[in-house]
Amino acid sequence: MNADAQRQTGLMRYFRRGPWENLATALIALGVFMLMQPFSLVLFGYSLIVILTGTIGFVIVSHFPE
Amino acid sequence: MTDRAAISIADRAATATPAQLARRVRGLSDRAIAWLFIAPTIVLLLAINIFPLIWTVYLSFTNYRANRPGRAVDWVGTRNYERLLGSEDVWGYLQATAHFVSWTMSIQVVLGLGLALLINKNFKGAGFWTTIILIPMMLSPAVVGTFWTYLYQPQTGIFSYIINAFADVGPVDMIGSPTLAPWSIIIVDTWMWTPYIMLLSLAGLRSIPDYLYEAAEIDRANAWQKFWYITLPRVLPFLMLAVLFRGIENFKMFDLVVELTSGGPGSITELASINLKREAFEKWRTGYSSAFAVILFVTVFGLGNIYVKALNRVKQ
Repeated sequence: MNADAQRQTGLMRYFRRGPWENLATALIALGVFMLMQPFSLVLFGYSLIVILTGTIGFVIVSHFPE
Repeated sequence: MTDRAAISIADRAATATPAQLARRVRGLSDRAIAWLFIAPTIVLLLAINIFPLIWTVYLSFTNYRANRPGRAVDWVGTRNYERLLGSEDVWGYLQATAHFVSWTMSIQVVLGLGLALLINKNFKGAGFWTTIILIPMMLSPAVVGTFWTYLYQPQTGIFSYIINAFADVGPVDMIGSPTLAPWSIIIVDTWMWTPYIMLLSLAGLRSIPDYLYEAAEIDRANAWQKFWYITLPRVLPFLMLAVLFRGIENFKMFDLVVELTSGGPGSITELASINLKREAFEKWRTGYSSAFAVILFVTVFGLGNIYVKALNRVKQ
């Protein structure tokens, strides 16, 4: 295996779809909780950013290899 | 005779296309013809879905008011979003939505799964009872909302009458009471949509092979162990799908609640989508309401992604 292929395999290890998709899903779920929770107005204020990050992240990582 | 007739029909169909057009189409690749067929749908989708969406995002950064078309439109940056996400009122509407979504989903999952387990027993008349249970789901929300307002009437409604048959509490004003009004919409939504959860759960239950239960019998598993280790894990993906789908629908709930309570008394049952409609078409704060719509859209889109992921898991 040459150096280029080895580097690619190393990168592939970090950019697998599964864990990143789970992270994006967790962010969306956290954002939705922040949007609708009755405890803190500050959390409510940051909810959109968290949902948006999760959603855009999900769209990006769903194109990663399995 | 029949062959000749068939040939003549085929010939006529072939010659019906004008020669010039036929020559042009003959030169197109399969891919180009496929694009030709889907182009009208794409154009329609762009015109009625994508363009309004982009336009709403643009309006959410302005102070545009739809009832004053001549007025200059100013770019206000993220001010609408800051006002929305710092407003205790909006926070309250989203909490009312959360109360509605969480209770409807919890009750409907328990009742839906319970009904599915009953129907799955295949007793005599199970098909008939399945049809009866599915009827509320097929009705229009406007019709359901209207007749439930009659059932909820404190003086003449059957709901108050039934409660008083068990406990003598006097007329029960479900819609007019600040404590009971949120529950009035939860009850109606549960009555209407539990059959949907039941239907999906039933699909999950029917997909469980019998040999799993037979193996459990051999291992002397009791009814609870069979439910916990076989039934529930197998039905769970279907249940999750149903919850996500109904959760998204209830997050956008509008028609049923407007018919029942119109958001009242006060703003106790004013869900996010009802407030959005008020801001957009009663107060005419188009820019502000566009920002609100974008927030709800991003939330539903995010939940939609989770929904698709769950769907793929069920397919696997």
